[in-house]
Amino acid sequence: MNSHEISLTVNGKTRRSEVEPRVLLVHHLRDGLGVTSPHVGCDTGQCGACTVLIDGRAVKSCTVFAVQADGSEIVTVDGLTGENGGLHPLQKSFKEKHGLQCGYCTPGMILSAHDLLEKTPDPSEEEIRSHLKGNFCRCTGYQNIVEAVRHAAEELSERDAAMEVAR
Amino acid sequence: MTQTHGGTGRYFGQEVKRREDLRHLTGRGRFTDDLSPAGTLHAAVLRSPHAHARIGSVEAEAARKMPGVVAVFTGADLKDRVAPLPPSWLLPGMSVPEHPALAYETVRFVGDGVAVVVAENRYAARDALDLIQVGYEPLPAVLGAEEAAKPGASELHKNVPGNVAFVFPARGGNYKRAAKKADVLVRQRLVNQRVVPNALETRTVLAEYDPGTEHLTVHTSTQGPHNIKRLTAGILRFPEHRLRVVAPDVGGGFGSKLHLYPEEVLCAFLARELERPVKWTESRSESFLATNHGRDHVQNVEVAANRDGTITGVKATVYANLGAYLSGMGPGVPSVNFAMMVSGTYRISNIDVKVYGVLTNTPRVDTYRGAGRPEATYLIERAVDLVARKLVMDPAEVRRKNFIPKDAFPYKAPNSAFAYDSGDYGPNLEKALEMVGYADLRQRQQELRQEGRYLGIGIASYTEFTGIGPGWVLNMAGFEYGGWEYARVVVHPTGAVTIYTGSADHGQGHATSYAQIAADALGLSMEDVEVVEGDTARVQFGNGTFNSRSMPVGGVAIKICCDKIVAKARRIAAHALNARKADVVYDEGEFRMGDASGALGKAARTALKTRRTIVGTAVRAVSGLDLPRAETSGGAVSWAEVARLAHFVSDYPSGLEPGLDEKTFYQPRGMTFPFGTYVAVVEVDAGTGGISFERFVAVDDCGPVINPLLARGQVHGGIAQGIGQALLEGAEYDEAGRPVTDSFWNYAMPRAGHLPRFETAHTVTPSPVNPLGVKGIGEAGTIAAPPAVVNAVVDALSPFGVTHLDMPVTPEKVWRAIKDARREEAPKNGGGA
Ligand code: FES
Ligand code: FES
Repeated sequence: MNSHEISLTVNGKTRRSEVEPRVLLVHHLRDGLGVTSPHVGCDTGQCGACTVLIDGRAVKSCTVFAVQADGSEIVTVDGLTGENGGLHPLQKSFKEKHGLQCGYCTPGMILSAHDLLEKTPDPSEEEIRSHLKGNFCRCTGYQNIVEAVRHAAEELSERDAAMEVAR
Repeated sequence: MTQTHGGTGRYFGQEVKRREDLRHLTGRGRFTDDLSPAGTLHAAVLRSPHAHARIGSVEAEAARKMPGVVAVFTGADLKDRVAPLPPSWLLPGMSVPEHPALAYETVRFVGDGVAVVVAENRYAARDALDLIQVGYEPLPAVLGAEEAAKPGASELHKNVPGNVAFVFPARGGNYKRAAKKADVLVRQRLVNQRVVPNALETRTVLAEYDPGTEHLTVHTSTQGPHNIKRLTAGILRFPEHRLRVVAPDVGGGFGSKLHLYPEEVLCAFLARELERPVKWTESRSESFLATNHGRDHVQNVEVAANRDGTITGVKATVYANLGAYLSGMGPGVPSVNFAMMVSGTYRISNIDVKVYGVLTNTPRVDTYRGAGRPEATYLIERAVDLVARKLVMDPAEVRRKNFIPKDAFPYKAPNSAFAYDSGDYGPNLEKALEMVGYADLRQRQQELRQEGRYLGIGIASYTEFTGIGPGWVLNMAGFEYGGWEYARVVVHPTGAVTIYTGSADHGQGHATSYAQIAADALGLSMEDVEVVEGDTARVQFGNGTFNSRSMPVGGVAIKICCDKIVAKARRIAAHALNARKADVVYDEGEFRMGDASGALGKAARTALKTRRTIVGTAVRAVSGLDLPRAETSGGAVSWAEVARLAHFVSDYPSGLEPGLDEKTFYQPRGMTFPFGTYVAVVEVDAGTGGISFERFVAVDDCGPVINPLLARGQVHGGIAQGIGQALLEGAEYDEAGRPVTDSFWNYAMPRAGHLPRFETAHTVTPSPVNPLGVKGIGEAGTIAAPPAVVNAVVDALSPFGVTHLDMPVTPEKVWRAIKDARREEAPKNGGGA
């Protein structure tokens, strides 16, 4: 099968590669580029384990061909950072609130939650539950995930408030 | 959280945050599919599209010639080289059908493997499957256990006449007499539907063979690497000591990743054959076919009771669907795990259970979170509600009346081989009722009914057994596992400690909870303790993680092993302090002279010290070396110093080996029986059949809780799966045996919006069978949630005269039930529990 050359910026690094047009972005990231944090939990676009940020938006990377993502900027959970290069508040909150057990859904959950907090900085429990409907977690029963997202939202708003004051 | 507990130290009972989280949060988790050694080949399995068919010709030449394809093997190619997969539970009189890694004459379910392709990448391997031509001659299929056990049903295996692999009776007392004397008899047919475990990581295997050392390494997403190793070695006739099985990060298991699967055998075989790494990654749709399912019982239940609510007998005739072949513990789940647990938390003197273990043309059924106890608990908890309904009694009152009293423990049900270790059910029930505000709720239920709103309150009390061992009992019940757990504790010369355990974490947080146990037992900080598991090369022996056995068996093994280490360390410290061992006390990283150090002891110490100084000086003079000396200033010696002494000093207490490295095979004295009460409060919309949660309360008792944060997480996850079974999930087949539910498109899994907020609490009744007093908690939620939810929905529907609905209780089912009832008569207000 013929291959195409594509270029992706993944977590800040630009990488060029040859891919067959039918290769899914998630497989290209995992098998082609060795970025294994987006996980594959299904083959029907239902589970959200493969969620990454493409140009800032959360997208299930199993629903996109690698060639379609050519030229875009991709952030996986490896690329999230908080202040001073430490953990992002979402990463901290998931640990704090025990929002993960096996960890398989976690990268996708965090990026989905990231997307929510960008759009809705102060979400209610219901909004969080509704936003996370594209992501399965089979381990946690979601409650601690919801709490982690709430907690991160509070941390982020405090941080923003502090930055306001500093300015 | 204040509690009395069997552990001592600063970590037991603390909500310590998990140390395993960081790697998952930063994308550094390592699951099997994340591993790709250079030159890895990908395997794909061709699966039968028929539920039951004879295999005619298999044409694989075109596939073999495809670019990128390295090899194709069919069932016929393997049958003389790869032995069949054996079940691990051999019940008396059971017929064991042959279970080949690839089918070669007959396929027996949609998904049965027929051939395997190995190619340079996963896309090519999948493509090649399309080029294999198989001539099938379809045979009649049987799908339900009742149907398959009927005379004249199509048979799956020559050596299993009538498809019944075993009949398992569990009887005690005299049910017939109890039924005759009873004031009321309640009968119900209950279907505990087939569910799909659906761990979020599908099963994945990566096998590598090193022809230089003749070692075979299999990475696999499993809960029990040591047993995978034992069984794979046997099947491939490969020397077990040169086979290594590694379970890296495992993305959930819930029992479905416990047993040996054909794909593990296939990858190991292929890697050795081709001398290249071979990886197989299951797709989700494939996992609906190829990974074991759970539950699938038809239960015909009869309960005998007196007018005052005393339950005098229970009888059940059960058809358990085992699928097309017997998987690992498949036969044990509906027999030992289920049949011996049907009386639950109640003192019932007359029990008559008969289980038919039946083979059908469906995927295999084996352990799924709770394995047998959810089916038993559902049976008895639905039955208790039916009795309450019939007698117009409060369901909480019927429970109180029949609970095994606190002073009756250890308690042995008349139909069981095992004794419940401890329990105190009354206060646990009361706590749950109090949390939910039971009396007020019943009142409000009445009021709402006047307004045409239907609130339902469902209670479920449960007990189950966890912490499997002991081996001799298990072996008597036909279970071919040791039942012990292995621990090794190694103290490095620096004083840092590595704990090796034969259990295998798949999300439970062992690295944290085991480190808590060990740090307490060793008097160290958690940072000084590392936990290793899931690799048979690093941990020599083990039985794995299942049956909530990690804390009551694995954790206790670690505790015992740590105690051995401290005992030896104390001897070394005593020697360094020139004291008797008995005079040395150990506390939080320091060995000190206790109060017993009198003048005599001091004199002896001085004498010993002088002698050693002389010897030391002599050695130094001869060798010119500056030998390290023990720091024993102030009559104390630190843990780190003892660790150093254990490795570097030649002057030892007589007869003591150097080193601090101990191991334990801990065989538990008995199993542990956690218990609890769950209350679900739901409102049913009579117009749509929709069910919404108002409250969900879970009060568990698993003895002293090591880490409440992790325990709560386990309870939450279990409840989510339990509610999934109660309201959403169910594997279904069409008449030809093709799955109707074969992906997340058509199999409903609970999402965040489906679930309520869970309110959890604990009572604490320690187990007398182990030194920590701990019991397991991992399966509680899955066991108690389904009856609590179904009892609640049926309670809500009681004004309509509905007495039972089978799971999953979907809005459609509820709506139909209401519609049917309305057709018969208008609902009566009131009614009540
Ligand atoms: S793998 Fe992409 S949604 Fe499941
Ligand atoms: S933590 Fe296991 S699937 Fe979410």
